[in-house]
Amino acid sequence: MTAATPSATLDIARIRDDFPILATQVHGKPLIYLDNAATTQKPRAVIEAIQRYYTEENSNIHRGVHHLSEVATRKYESARGLVRQFIGAHTTREIIFTRGTTEGLNLVAASYGRANISKGDEIIVSAMEHHSNIVPWQMLCQEKGARLRVIPINDRGELLMDEFEKLLSPRTKLVSIVHISNSLGTINPVRRIIELAHAVGAVVLLDAAQSVAHTPIDVQSLDCDFLAFSGHKLFGPTGIGVLYGKQALLEAMPPYQGGGDMISSVTFEHTTYNHLPHKFEAGTPHIEGVIGLGAAIAYVQSVGLHAIAAHEQRLLQYGTTLLAELPKVRMIGTAREKAGILSFVVEGVHPHDVGTILDTEGIAIRAGHHCTMPVMDRFGLPATARASLSLYNTAADLDALVRGLHKVAEVLR
Amino acid sequence: MSELRELYQEMVLDHNSRPRNFKKLEGATHQSEGYNPLCGDRITLYLKMRGDLIEDLGFQGTGCAISRASASMMTQSIKGKTIEQAEEIFGAFHKMVTRDVGEPYDSDDLGDLEVLSGVAEFPARVKCASLSWHTLNAALEGKAQKISTE
Repeated sequence: MTAATPSATLDIARIRDDFPILATQVHGKPLIYLDNAATTQKPRAVIEAIQRYYTEENSNIHRGVHHLSEVATRKYESARGLVRQFIGAHTTREIIFTRGTTEGLNLVAASYGRANISKGDEIIVSAMEHHSNIVPWQMLCQEKGARLRVIPINDRGELLMDEFEKLLSPRTKLVSIVHISNSLGTINPVRRIIELAHAVGAVVLLDAAQSVAHTPIDVQSLDCDFLAFSGHKLFGPTGIGVLYGKQALLEAMPPYQGGGDMISSVTFEHTTYNHLPHKFEAGTPHIEGVIGLGAAIAYVQSVGLHAIAAHEQRLLQYGTTLLAELPKVRMIGTAREKAGILSFVVEGVHPHDVGTILDTEGIAIRAGHHCTMPVMDRFGLPATARASLSLYNTAADLDALVRGLHKVAEVLR
Repeated sequence: MSELRELYQEMVLDHNSRPRNFKKLEGATHQSEGYNPLCGDRITLYLKMRGDLIEDLGFQGTGCAISRASASMMTQSIKGKTIEQAEEIFGAFHKMVTRDVGEPYDSDDLGDLEVLSGVAEFPARVKCASLSWHTLNAALEGKAQKISTE
C-alpha cells in the first residue's frame, strides 16, 4: 500500500457523522456495514449535492442558452476537472464519463479493441479478474480470432509475475488488469506490469474499481493507457463512472455510441464527430451522477487518501489477527500487498448461511463468488464470505464481526 | 434469534449435516443438474422412474444448509409418489416459502417439509430452498440442460 504519512489519522467519529445511513438500524441492531467492496455508503455532501441539483440547478447541459443550463453545464464540467485532478490526468479531454467500470471496460473493448485487435493477437488478463474484465475481452477475441491469455496466481492470491513475463510477446496487444482484487484484496504491482507490457508494445488498462477509494492514483506517473472506475465505490452515486484514456489513443479511437452530444454536425450524407471527451458521451448524460461524483471526490480529498489508506491498513491488520484466532475460519487471499478486504470461509458452514446469520446481527457482508468465478475455481470453493473495509469502519465493527461469527457457530453447531 | 431458530430448526441442521439419499443413484432413469449462481449451490438429482411413479432418488452437490436440507427432505417426501403427487407437494411447498410473512399456508401435503416454513422470513434464501425442487421439475420434464434459479 502507498506509504502513509506518520501523522495520518482520521477523526472517525466525525467521519461517521458524515454518513447518515451509519446511524440507522437493521433488524433492530445498529448497522455495521462491511460490504464496501460491493458499494460504499454516501456522505451527506453527496446526498446534498444531488438534492441541490434537482432543487435549484436541474437542466440539460451543453447547448442551453438559459441560466439553469449554464449552471448545470458548469457543475458538470467542473466535476470533470475534479476527476482529472484526482487521478492526475493531463487534460479533461482524457476524462470520459461512463455508467461505471463495466461500461469503461466495454468501451475500450468495443472501440479500441475492434480497431486495433486482429486475428492472432493476444490479450492478457489475470486469474483474479472480475467477470467484467473477462467477458468483454472474450467477446472481442471471439469476434476477431484473437486469444485471451491469463496470468496465474499463487495460493496467497498473488500474480505469478514470471509467468506474466513469459506470456508477453509481440503478439500481446492489450493487458487489462485489476489494480486491487475485489475478492482477494491483492494489490497488484501495476507499475511493473505497465512497464513490462509497454516493453512489448502493448497498451494497459487498469480496472481501478476497488482501488480508487483506497489508495492515491496518478495515471501519468503510472503511465497506464486506460483506467476505469465506478462512482458508487467511491462514495458517489451508482450509474456513473469514469474512463481515463491517453488523449492520443482516445483521439484515434472510433466512437463507442452514436447520438446527441457526440457530434459536431450531422447530415444524411456525413457526420462529423465532436472532439474529446464528448465524442464518447452520446446522449444526455447522468448529470446528477456526475455532480454527485464530483462531491464525492471533493469529500475524499478533504479526508485525504493517504490517511484513509493508513486507517484501512490498521483495520485490515486488526481484522486479520482477529479472524486468525478463530480455529474454523480460513482466510482466502493472503497477499503480502493487500487492501482492506477480508475474504474467508468457515469450516463446515456455507458462506450464504454465514451472511444470513450476520445479517440478523445488523452486520452486512457479502457471501458468494463476488463476480470472480475463476478465483473461486482456483481455490476450489463455491463461494466465500467477504468483509470489506472503508474509511468509516472501526475496530468495533470487526469485534462485532467476530461476535457474529461466534453466533454462526452457535446456530449451526 | 427467534427468526434464526425458525430458519435453522433442528431438523434442518440434521438434514444438513447428515443428508439423506445423498448418493449417485445406480440405475437412474432421469438426471438433471441445478445451479444457483448467487451462492454457487450445485445439485445433481437422480431419479428412478417406473411409469409415473418416482421409485427412488438420490442427489449430490454442494450448497448452503438450507439448500442441502431442502434437497434431502425433498428426496424423502417424494420417494414412492407419482409425478402428479410430487407436483402437488412442490406447489404447496412453494406457496409456503414464498408467502408473505404472517400469512397462513396449507400444510396438508407437506409433512416434515414444514420445518422450512421459516424460509419465508428470509426472501434471499427462497432460491436456496427451491433449487432442488426446480431441479426435480427439470428432471421430470426431461430437460437435459442445467437449470438455474437465476
